[in-house]
Amino acid sequence: MSKLETSSLYQLTSTRLKLTLREPEAIFWIFIFPILLAIGLGIAFRNRPADVLPVGATTEQLTHALAADKGLKATEMDESAGVHALALGTIVLLAEQGGDGVVYRYDNTNPDARTARMIADDAIQKAAGRKDEVMVASEFVHETGSRYIDFVVPGLLGMNLMGSAMWGLGFSIVDGRQKKLLKRMVASPMPRWQYLAGYLLSRLVMLAIEVIFFLGFAKLVFGVPFRGPLWELALLCVLVSLVFSALGLLVASRAKTMEAVSGLMNLVMFPMWILSGVFFSASRFPAVVQPLVRALPLTAAIDAIRGNMLQGVQLGHLTAQVGILLAWFAVPFAVSLKIFRWR
Amino acid sequence: MKSQTDPLPANPLQAENSNAPAGAGAALRIRGLKKAFTDVQAVDGIDLEVARGECFGLLGPNGAGKTTTIEICEGLTPADEGTVELLGLNWISGADELRQRIGIQLQETQFPDKLTVEEALRLFRSFYRRGITVDESIKIAQLEEKRRSRAGGLSGGQKQRLAMATALVGDPELLFLDEPTTGLDPQARRHLWDLVEELKLAGRTIILTTHYMEEAERLCDRVAIMDHGKVIAIGTPKELIATVCSEDIVEFAVGTPVPKGKEPGAPLPPKQSLDGAPEVLVDVEMLKKIPGVQSHRVDESVHQLSVSELHTTVPRIFAALEDQGLHLSEFRTHSATLEDVFVRLTGRNLRDE
Repeated sequence: MSKLETSSLYQLTSTRLKLTLREPEAIFWIFIFPILLAIGLGIAFRNRPADVLPVGATTEQLTHALAADKGLKATEMDESAGVHALALGTIVLLAEQGGDGVVYRYDNTNPDARTARMIADDAIQKAAGRKDEVMVASEFVHETGSRYIDFVVPGLLGMNLMGSAMWGLGFSIVDGRQKKLLKRMVASPMPRWQYLAGYLLSRLVMLAIEVIFFLGFAKLVFGVPFRGPLWELALLCVLVSLVFSALGLLVASRAKTMEAVSGLMNLVMFPMWILSGVFFSASRFPAVVQPLVRALPLTAAIDAIRGNMLQGVQLGHLTAQVGILLAWFAVPFAVSLKIFRWR
Repeated sequence: MKSQTDPLPANPLQAENSNAPAGAGAALRIRGLKKAFTDVQAVDGIDLEVARGECFGLLGPNGAGKTTTIEICEGLTPADEGTVELLGLNWISGADELRQRIGIQLQETQFPDKLTVEEALRLFRSFYRRGITVDESIKIAQLEEKRRSRAGGLSGGQKQRLAMATALVGDPELLFLDEPTTGLDPQARRHLWDLVEELKLAGRTIILTTHYMEEAERLCDRVAIMDHGKVIAIGTPKELIATVCSEDIVEFAVGTPVPKGKEPGAPLPPKQSLDGAPEVLVDVEMLKKIPGVQSHRVDESVHQLSVSELHTTVPRIFAALEDQGLHLSEFRTHSATLEDVFVRLTGRNLRDE
């Protein structure tokens, strides 16, 4: 046996890795699930050419005027057919010729209908001979980095780092405690710190695989940008993974059953899934809760990853987020070492 | 890691008694050990001494305090009072070295289902500075054919042998086995006994707990019988049987349905005879007068006589029962066992609880 193979730290780490890789469910949640989610969201929110909005008009003259704009697809119909079509959603706006002008019938809470109202009015006024006072021109921007998929990939990455670290540590520690394996381990001369270090090291190996796999996919399929230094992104991922490993350890430090640890785990993670800006910007929450939202580790993690990937912000300018993450690493880690139960 | 302060000689294969100067102290010495849990005094003042090379058994029913005692010795549970000394060391100052020099098999450890026998042993081997190879431990535990099988797929006996192998990889001088055969079928149990006997032959000190008296009788050089946290008897199985009982036990039952009678004055009235179990019209006093009969008790309408001189006593018992006009429905004799010792000491069976 080589020197490495007789080292207990190496054995603990490789045992942990083997056990993770032999768990098909773990493989699904760590590798497949985030990619499925990215594909699904990528399809749902893909950037289409600007929508052509279907509208109706009650006279031939109005229909012509509307059809002149490329953003609208106009159909002539009488009023009752138009109202029916509106109700069905086959058109978003009906322009009716009234006695002394045009009446637009539409749902003003529907953004598409409001857009249609503006385009339609513009088209009708132009057809009627309106003169614009100011010359205007448009320049279109379709930049990578501002799409939804660009926004959501760092969010998914953060969520995945949280999930795999917490489940990975929490579950197997409690499982070991329940099966008296932890007790057996401390009955051997194994240095206790190595047990934990084995977890963290195997987590780092898994982390490298899962991050490269996921981000590689996002880059190849969606062309997600990487504007910040890659090594800083890697450092961030390691930090984030350590933070959630510490939280997982804390959650698992005393729980005796799988049910208890699952409950605790969901209690910790659920608020972050909602509040931390995985799928939409966390700044949408009211100002009163913003301090709380910002203090959550997942918010800090995702903000920092977005800063790096989308805006190319240097780590040196992410001190607030990095500080929050460091605190979330140090405190749970120290507490769990204090209260950890081996049996 | 690995503090290199360990003065152990690198002796590869045999568990050595030679490690310490000959006769230098016991392998285990316990003085005045006490441990209470919230609702029960689990260990209530125990003194024990186990010599090197000895196989020592703690025998007793469930809840007697065996596991608590052994776990205190293993450094897993702190004692409330008393001292424990192993191999001349204690858990306060010599924990790291002790961990290297003892082997432990706990009750009901489950190894990860998806780890193979070989991998589990390689992991445990890596914790010890010295010891036997993984291959050797597999061979000792007779798991050669299962070396690449996952722990989840092993039978109960194989799992227990794996646990034994993880206790042996560090080539321990002192081996603790906590109920090594509980829950195993008879064949697997015998298999494990053979294994323990081989370890004994190799000169290892073994301390085991069990609630099977056959196990204690077969494996142990000396036995301490425990009940309610106390050691109630200690000695070799032979001594215990000889001092507390006669050599043989006669058991019989009378078959004729009999009206309820008065409880005869058995020396150790078992609880069954007090709560309205069918009483018999056996004249116990008369039986007890037979030369060679030393005591009598009734357990679920089976009469037990402890007797010496079986060959002369049994005919007299037959004659006496005949005189009383009783019809025997059962009759058997066996040599007294540790079970009988326990019954005599406590009035209960080992497996009552």
